[in-house]
Amino acid sequence: MEEKARLLAQEVNEKLSNVSTLEEVNELRVMYLGKKGPVNELASKMRDLTVEEKKVFGKTLNSLKQELSDNIEAKIKFFEEEKLNAKLSSEQIDITLPSTKIAVGAPNILEKVIEEVEEVFMSLGYDVVDGPEIEEDKYNFELLNIPLGHPARDAQDTFYIEDERILLRSQTSPVQARTMIAAGGDKPVRMICPGKTYRRDSDDATHSHQFMQIEGLLVDKNIKLSDLKGTFDVIVKRLFGEDIETRFRPSYYQFTEPSVETDITCFSCKGKGCPLCKSTGWITVSGAGMVHPNVLRNCGYDPNVWSGFAFGFGAERLAMLKYGISDIRTFYNTDLRESKVFDRRDV
Amino acid sequence: MINLDWVKDYIDISDEDLKELAVKITKAGINVEKVISSRIDNLVIGEVLNCVDHPNSDHLHICQVNIGEKVEQIVCGAPNVKEGIKVIVALPGCVLPGDFKIETGVIRGVESNGMICALYELGLEPKNDETHAKGIEILNTDLEAGTDANEYLKTNTTVYELDIHKHRNNDCYYHIGFAYEIASILNKKVTLPECNYSENSDCVENHIEISVETDKCPYYTAKMVKNVRIGESPDFIKQRLLSVGLRPINNVVDISNYVMLEYGQPLHFFDKNKLGSKILVRNAEENEEIITLDGIERKLQSNDIVITDGSKPVCIAGVMGGANTEVDEQTTDVLIESAIFDATAIRYTASRLDLRSEASIRYGKGLSFEYTDAAIERACHLLEKYAGATVLKGTLKHDKANKEKKIVTFKTDDINSLLGMKLTDKDVEKELERLGFMYEVKDDGFVVEIPYRRLDIDPNVNDIAEEIGRLYGYQNLTSTLPVVPSRRGVYVGDVKIRKEISKRLRALGLNETKTYTLVSPENAALFRYNDVVAINLSNPMSVDKSIIRTSILGSLLEVFEYNKARNVKDILLYEIAKTYDVSYQEDTKVAMLVKGNYIINNWQNIENKCDFYLIKGIVENLLDYLGFKNRYSFVKAEVDSLHPGISAKIMIDREEIGIIGRVHPSLQKDDVYVAELSMTKLYEKTIKPIKFKEASRYPEITKDVAFVVDNEVESEVIKKQIKSSGGNILDLVEVFDVYNNFEAGKKSIAYKLTFKDSSKTLQDDEVMAVFNKIIADVEEKLGAKLRG
Repeated sequence: MEEKARLLAQEVNEKLSNVSTLEEVNELRVMYLGKKGPVNELASKMRDLTVEEKKVFGKTLNSLKQELSDNIEAKIKFFEEEKLNAKLSSEQIDITLPSTKIAVGAPNILEKVIEEVEEVFMSLGYDVVDGPEIEEDKYNFELLNIPLGHPARDAQDTFYIEDERILLRSQTSPVQARTMIAAGGDKPVRMICPGKTYRRDSDDATHSHQFMQIEGLLVDKNIKLSDLKGTFDVIVKRLFGEDIETRFRPSYYQFTEPSVETDITCFSCKGKGCPLCKSTGWITVSGAGMVHPNVLRNCGYDPNVWSGFAFGFGAERLAMLKYGISDIRTFYNTDLRESKVFDRRDV
Repeated sequence: MINLDWVKDYIDISDEDLKELAVKITKAGINVEKVISSRIDNLVIGEVLNCVDHPNSDHLHICQVNIGEKVEQIVCGAPNVKEGIKVIVALPGCVLPGDFKIETGVIRGVESNGMICALYELGLEPKNDETHAKGIEILNTDLEAGTDANEYLKTNTTVYELDIHKHRNNDCYYHIGFAYEIASILNKKVTLPECNYSENSDCVENHIEISVETDKCPYYTAKMVKNVRIGESPDFIKQRLLSVGLRPINNVVDISNYVMLEYGQPLHFFDKNKLGSKILVRNAEENEEIITLDGIERKLQSNDIVITDGSKPVCIAGVMGGANTEVDEQTTDVLIESAIFDATAIRYTASRLDLRSEASIRYGKGLSFEYTDAAIERACHLLEKYAGATVLKGTLKHDKANKEKKIVTFKTDDINSLLGMKLTDKDVEKELERLGFMYEVKDDGFVVEIPYRRLDIDPNVNDIAEEIGRLYGYQNLTSTLPVVPSRRGVYVGDVKIRKEISKRLRALGLNETKTYTLVSPENAALFRYNDVVAINLSNPMSVDKSIIRTSILGSLLEVFEYNKARNVKDILLYEIAKTYDVSYQEDTKVAMLVKGNYIINNWQNIENKCDFYLIKGIVENLLDYLGFKNRYSFVKAEVDSLHPGISAKIMIDREEIGIIGRVHPSLQKDDVYVAELSMTKLYEKTIKPIKFKEASRYPEITKDVAFVVDNEVESEVIKKQIKSSGGNILDLVEVFDVYNNFEAGKKSIAYKLTFKDSSKTLQDDEVMAVFNKIIADVEEKLGAKLRG
């Protein structure tokens, strides 16, 4: 019996080494391991054996079954892999053919620039606040220290809607007034308010009757002009690069006192002088100053207790400087051939 | 325009480099935009000691020219050069107009170290046959060789062109005011010009009386001169007027302008003999008429101020005089007016009449009475000196000016805590001295009086801090950071949802646009689905930007056309913007427009063309993203400017929040699809927080069913019926086939139904029971037929 099993194993292994197709292996499996195959036939002879013999032969028979089935399985696996490899090598494609194009959406250039500025200010604790574009004279002018008849009103050349009472806002500063009033005169304020503004200008390459400002405000106790300088240092480095410096020049605005204009190192020539900065090495990016005591008072803050600074950027100017755009109408035309470029992250 | 030579009359700046001074002034806050100098360097007076013909030329001469410390050899081609004359010599290094650089050179073998100049070569005369024939300029012989020729030529003038902020546009707009600004920067003193004259015994009161009947004229003074001789002004007056852009007319008129440029105070000269014996200042009568100096008849309104002779207007106050009292060649007696008028009123009148005169510009900026008297005295002085005038005794005066002093009391610490500087009391004193502000030290603090001329300064510590800060220099400001709690800012209100919508639409392939809020009547007439009235501006710039839009879609259509005209094929756009109606109700809208292919691969013949269902998909994707899944529906409706068969209202919780559809073919032949949602309404709705839902562990069973229905029956209606009949175990209903011309007036829609139970394995008979009920209900309630 033992000898029969050994011979059987030898016979199967020999046949296995000679098969060349998966089908032949399957035939071998059915032939030897099937119900009427020689392995089962051997097993059926078990009943003629003694208990002792059964024990010994049972083991032999199990290991024979195991061996044959392992060897057959290995062979099957071999042929399946061979088949798969053959299939794969027949399925090569030209991966250089053009891809399927899916629609891509680019942001408006101004919105992109505004979002970059927002991100920097939000990281410094400034909320981003929105406000109405149709405003009352009170918020657009009066509370901001620009009383009726003040020449600063002429300069802003406002679009009026109803008498001189309701207008299209000529600046985003009314949002600052509204925010201060809402804060109630006893809480600090830190906010920026990017938004659309309107003035009676004829549209050309450098003028637009509609434009966007990014104004900001910080009101707290013991705020100083040097804090504005420090804040600007941080902002411009984050927006334009670590090697950018700030410079204050005296200026005049109705709602700030003292007022300054903020110049930054020309980011094109790094201060050496180039056409962009008109050879001065500096570029003006913002107007700013300490909130005028009248404005604080008008908006419910006691100027003896509270102080603050306010600043404003022109979004168009920032974008024109940053991307070398020379015509302000670019932002409002949405020429898709131009705007596609902006659908990407930036350095 | 400020002439710096003129400024030198009031302040000693002889040591200053005027270009550097311009930088200092700019740094201190007054922007010197341009420094215009007529000076030519290396230009001297020379004396021709010897002149011989050039051996290699038929017209050149070789001259030995004394230029002071030495004698130079210069080759000259002018026919009129000769020994013994004084000439203008441009030495090597000199740059003549046209960027012509003079260098040492050799002319036909002879060394030449300069050029003897004609006036046209210096740019002082036009270049033409006549000036060319005149040759070099031969000067007066008593001029000293070697001296600067600019002195003689009067080319020593430097003019600053200023770009001044509104605030300082009054006190830095005239020469004395500007001298004060320079004085504060350089820490020097200002000397005011001479104003003395002798008075006749005749009294002005004998000739004229004044009265003021309007509160828009707080200050009015007048003096009278006799026996003026009209003629040409002296050269210095003519040159100075010309240098700042004013045309000299005659000595009398020029003096009024000259004094205005000195003191900033406009004067008006009346021909006394034409005027009569009365001045009455009052508000104009409605439709009152006057012919102004420019010969134009002007119609006045009651908010204009007029000077009258008691009955008829003789001058529009502060704007322009009347032709009826004009100073002319025959004038002998002059009434000089120096007054203050209300700035707003003058601005209003000047802009209404479109009459921007030198006077109205200055009055419009606001004027202090500080120099009103001085100006009239100065005019008398100059008229006596340069027009032979006899000044009458006395001054007529109306004085209701507010002369309240502007006093600020503060401590050095107040300044420091505003600026973040560390100034000492000494520093502050020094700066106040420089500013020329009167001050007193009292109780460890300062009491400062602000000069009247500085209209821009209010009695606030901030204003003083600004003056001190700008002079002390912001370069001395050390950066600090505000001491405030650290936090991260947030998007307040609907800003966050706006950003979220914007990002999602971009991710869905739409390009963000930004268009104008103000639109044309044609644009405003489109997409009026809201049933609201739009606002018309009262003072638009042009008709095409005169209406505040109530929908963004008209503008998106314009962007579409703009891009189409530039051959862009696939145009997918969105914009989020505020719209307003006539009651100022704000509605922020999200508008979308799609045209062309959404997904494309030409070589594989794959293209997914934008159609109604694509933009519907974008809207649904957005609404799902915003948390409105299962709360919205599309209801077929006719919408203004949309294709009547391809348009719908978008509803959330039964409230209309927007519209969707194809643009009406009469507006746009291309199949352009649009949608517009009210972001304001979306923002107002509350949504539930995200909840995790475990996927069912039990197998699902799917069944397909197709119904034949009338064409008018909407798929959504069938779906709703299926859902309601399907009950809890019906998980999903999906359309997988639509067959439109199944038979006349009928269509077939096939649905795949997915049954699922999250608590047990569904049995087939259980599903079949529900499935059969669905079929029966749909057939019975919707007149549908099961498709066999």
